[in-house]
Amino acid sequence: MAGPKYPGFDTLALHAGQSPDPATGSRAVPIYQTTSFVFRDSEHAASLFNMERAGHVYSRISNPTVAVLEERMAALEGGTGSIAIASGQAALHLAVATIMDAGSHIVASASLYGGSHNLLGYTLKRFGIDTTFVVPRDLDAWRKAIRPNTRLLFGETLGNPGLDVLDIPAVSAIAHEAGLPLLVDATFTTPYLMKPFELGADLLYHSATKFLGGHGIAIGGVIVDSGRFDWEKSGKFPQLTAPYSGFHNMDFEEESGTRAFLLRARREGLRDFGACMAPMTAFQILQGIETLHLRMPRHVESTRKVVDFLGGHAAVGKVLYPERTDHPDHALAKKLLPRGCGAVFSFDIKGGPNGDPRQAGRRFIESLRVFSHLANVGDAKSLVIHPATTTHYRMSDEDLARAGIGPGTVRLSIGLEDAQDLMEDLDRGLRAASRN
Amino acid sequence: MEAIVGGRKAFAYTAAHAIDPAKPTIVFIHGAGLDHSWWGLQSRYFGYHGRNVLAVDLPGHGRSEGPPLASIEAMADWVMALKDAAGVAKAAVVGHSMGALIAVECAARHADKVTGVALIGVAYPMKVSDAFLAAAKANDQAAYDMETIWSHAVQVPLAGNPSPGMWMYGDTLARLARLAPGVLHTDLSACNVYTGGLESAAKVKCPAQLVLGARDVMTPPKAAQALAAALAGARTTLIPPSGHSLMSEAPDATLDALIAWAKPLC
Repeated sequence: MAGPKYPGFDTLALHAGQSPDPATGSRAVPIYQTTSFVFRDSEHAASLFNMERAGHVYSRISNPTVAVLEERMAALEGGTGSIAIASGQAALHLAVATIMDAGSHIVASASLYGGSHNLLGYTLKRFGIDTTFVVPRDLDAWRKAIRPNTRLLFGETLGNPGLDVLDIPAVSAIAHEAGLPLLVDATFTTPYLMKPFELGADLLYHSATKFLGGHGIAIGGVIVDSGRFDWEKSGKFPQLTAPYSGFHNMDFEEESGTRAFLLRARREGLRDFGACMAPMTAFQILQGIETLHLRMPRHVESTRKVVDFLGGHAAVGKVLYPERTDHPDHALAKKLLPRGCGAVFSFDIKGGPNGDPRQAGRRFIESLRVFSHLANVGDAKSLVIHPATTTHYRMSDEDLARAGIGPGTVRLSIGLEDAQDLMEDLDRGLRAASRN
Repeated sequence: MEAIVGGRKAFAYTAAHAIDPAKPTIVFIHGAGLDHSWWGLQSRYFGYHGRNVLAVDLPGHGRSEGPPLASIEAMADWVMALKDAAGVAKAAVVGHSMGALIAVECAARHADKVTGVALIGVAYPMKVSDAFLAAAKANDQAAYDMETIWSHAVQVPLAGNPSPGMWMYGDTLARLARLAPGVLHTDLSACNVYTGGLESAAKVKCPAQLVLGARDVMTPPKAAQALAAALAGARTTLIPPSGHSLMSEAPDATLDALIAWAKPLC
């Protein structure tokens, strides 16, 4: 061995963040199903509250089981630390609430999960935080949208619904030039397929509900800080660099340097907004992470087979997957996602009965036997949804088009079943959809 | 707290308290490439328990203007000048790794102003390998990787962190990533060429405490024996599970050792 070496991804996925339980020797991560932790004495209690000693006080702020998940995710992403939280949506809200006040502004990719779009476009607006949405591959639009009150650039590593590949090196350079951090939603890529911090992102989060858990049994989110963004140097974030009367007049950056964001997010965000993760949920997501490095290659391998199959099917129109040469971000995907472009993608069904693509989509969905029709992605089981008859059913064809969705667009999340069974299932659905 | 030392801005964390000349003072000195926040829990404790705290950022580190200083002796004089600028007459001095060598020099060169020294994760001589120095000179990422990996016990990357949610390797790398080019090399070179340790240790008249990590691969406990022997009456506390980063790997045990050391002093 030439020099010191870091443990590999697969090893970290199984071990990072956990020593065998000192109380019992338990090798598996124990579920510390407790709200609170007994103080050794009054002095110990005071020291914990005043952050003079490390430890747990109350499970809304931290919990030993949840901490294992947090440390493991920080290790897998190469961050300084992380906070596990009630959902991916809660993670996005925590990021915004930690570094912004009313009057702040966000520049975000327009290719976002609908829930994120709602939060930024409508809900946060009620609290005085505005968002300008830009086409993610239009770098000039990112630059032009930045205002004096902008405090964050935000996008998805693979955007909804067209899998736009976020050019993290370029967008982060634009952000840093303006003294701003770049936050990315890395749910679709997971740390196995992409390491956003190595590409220039400053903060990232996951809906841990998806591939991290992989089993579709637990809702959760994780926000990870690279610790690389210099809040003091930026000069735009008094939330982290000036004494805060809401927390003992603490200047979070002076107090903790690289930990400033996470310190305020935990000590204020979890304390006041309270969207903590339950220990059982953390345990369940950890079970998924322990096989992430085995599952993701299989997800990608099967997705490639299905994409190829659909690309050659007579009843299929456009297939939107960045590994296809006809995807607008194909070259960027080759550079940023050499391990694969994930397992969620969409395609358009051609025609349908009487040329009605909405009807075709409905028939297709109802004919499937292996794919499950539901509103989720990233499960070990393959999933399907037809936006025009479900999540976006009230929208006109024109409005759908503005969202990058056609009336016959179907979104698939490819699971771990036999790929041949998946292709036969899709063929069954497409034949049903094509019948007059 | 900001002050001007040697014509440049100098910073010391004071645990959000104004310096009170009536209170005893403890100065904390970080190691190579790091800054005041490395002492987070321990400096905060003393700041809220009746002491003035001056957790310094050495020149070129954290919030203190550069350039970094090239010798342990120069760093010791700078630290004592910052103490003076803060209006503090005497102080106990705690140092980690390179900071521990600086603490020895503070006590030897400014004996009338230092009431005690605590040396954490220390070795003498503090030789640095050629490969480490060469990587640091080239500002190569390999230097930051060596510093990160050797600064922690081998079990750290596959174990839990006493501070919930934090990844020790990631935190160290993030801190090192903020360094200006050349700073780590200057620090490591200062450690490598420092030769006056035993003579200076023999001049130390105040109480001395060593706090060592049993699993320290950067400065193994046996490498501190000569220095401990040269410090009259020095006491040594060995913390079994810890590597070199005692303040984060074993924060409570390190704090307890410092509390016991500080109690009769200040």
